[in-house]
Amino acid sequence: MTRSVHPALIVLAGLVFIFLVGPLIIVVGAALSNTTYLTFPPQGLSLRWFSKIFEIEAFRRTMVTSLQLALLSTALALLVGIPAAYALNRFRIQLPGWLSTLFVLPVLVPELVLGFSLLRSIAVDLDAPIFLSLVIGHTLLVLPYVVRVISASLASFDFSIEEAAISLGSPPLKSFFTIVLPNVRSGVIAAFILCFITSINDVSISIFLTGPGISTLPIQILAHVEQFFDPTIASVSVLLMALTVGVMAIVERTLGLTFLTK
Amino acid sequence: MKRFAGWLLSAPAILVVVLCLVVPVTLTIVATLGGPTGVFAPYLSFFASGFRRTVLWRTLQVSLLTTAIALVIGFLTAYVISRAPGWLKSILIIAAVFPLLTGVVVRSFAWLIILGKNGILNSALLSIGVISQPLTMLYTQGAVITAMVYLFVPLMILTLSGVLESIPDDLLQASASLGAKPSATFLQVILPLSVPGLIVGAVLVFTGSFTAYATPQLIGGESQMVMGTLMYQQAMVTFDWVSASTIATIMVVITITVVLLMTRVARRLNPLAV
Repeated sequence: MTRSVHPALIVLAGLVFIFLVGPLIIVVGAALSNTTYLTFPPQGLSLRWFSKIFEIEAFRRTMVTSLQLALLSTALALLVGIPAAYALNRFRIQLPGWLSTLFVLPVLVPELVLGFSLLRSIAVDLDAPIFLSLVIGHTLLVLPYVVRVISASLASFDFSIEEAAISLGSPPLKSFFTIVLPNVRSGVIAAFILCFITSINDVSISIFLTGPGISTLPIQILAHVEQFFDPTIASVSVLLMALTVGVMAIVERTLGLTFLTK
Repeated sequence: MKRFAGWLLSAPAILVVVLCLVVPVTLTIVATLGGPTGVFAPYLSFFASGFRRTVLWRTLQVSLLTTAIALVIGFLTAYVISRAPGWLKSILIIAAVFPLLTGVVVRSFAWLIILGKNGILNSALLSIGVISQPLTMLYTQGAVITAMVYLFVPLMILTLSGVLESIPDDLLQASASLGAKPSATFLQVILPLSVPGLIVGAVLVFTGSFTAYATPQLIGGESQMVMGTLMYQQAMVTFDWVSASTIATIMVVITITVVLLMTRVARRLNPLAV
């Protein structure tokens, strides 16, 4: 069957492509400009705004905080999320149906509300350190991705293989690590990437949980844009985009990009 | 035994969600009830304020328009993706995924450069002589909607191309071989089969734009205040936590109502489910 598409739709797709990619190209162009103000097309090429990022202490500090936060909350979410996803699939009949809904709650509750509630209850009432509150917030933010992605991988896993190993005398924990986990490896990678990217870009939760001395990179960018309108922001944005390109390359190599449309 | 193992393994995740999400959010909601001046006093004062009613109305308007525009663009693009040859398909999917993985701040910032007074759009329009004075485009409702559509179209494209890909080719061939024109196949076969996906996409975009913060803050500023930015201002600038909690509760109620209602509608309208 010929897969013919109306020419007008091709034109539309082209326009959508420009609409989606154009603004990001503009940011890259603005980052390379040699001027002290934001402009596009760039006037004179220079990388000086990139070195400027690392001269500004606030950017260096928040970059480190954001990376630590993303890695820590992703690790925590995987740590509690993988056993939960396993239980949801392995013991589906024994567990109540609302349990999987519970793990979707962080998606259902608006992030701003979660951030504000964590500020009220955990940072203020319990007097918890700000960084700890951020870790809690981001762990909740990314937990649904872990549970959903790992559950999807486990859905096609045949648990009788694991049972065979156990009945042949392999300890349950060992069976999990040597039989179940390797089979959902691509799910774990995908979950890790989604969590990391989500955490590092988050604004709505972090905006309430940044206090004196502690802030994340996106929050710092927001604060900077409101004060100065110079190409530093464009170059920080390009750094973040480079991170995204790196991540997309990993996704493409391990899972294929069509994975994301599922 | 099995029941016990299941609970034991999911216990850490349950504890995290209950203690760090359910309890704090419930406390926020409870804080708005039972004040000294009556149970619903914070809500009465919210709706008594003309300014706040305007903000709520504006937020609804912006998010509904964003959803509608994103639906049209997203559906047509997803349709092209589902029918396109391999290379075009990959290019379009990459074009959709890349912005999605780029942060909200970066993507909103791009529109600051485009729509600013000395921005690209104004410079371009000035240089070709369409306008003689730079237009004020930032801090308008149109700017907020444009940036929000930009934010959510990729999500819509990915949601819908998944749905369109899952429509069996046989159905389209059957429709064509029975004499339906491509437009009829589109309107009578593809569109009805996509309705549940369209609803899911619409819910995602509506709830996302209704509770957005970064984009309206950067592109809309004070003059285009929405629920998210109003809530932040109440909580962190004026330190009126009861008022912030009230806005938070209104956001939760509207979001969850829309999600529950629309998933039910989507299930009912699914032509494949009997």
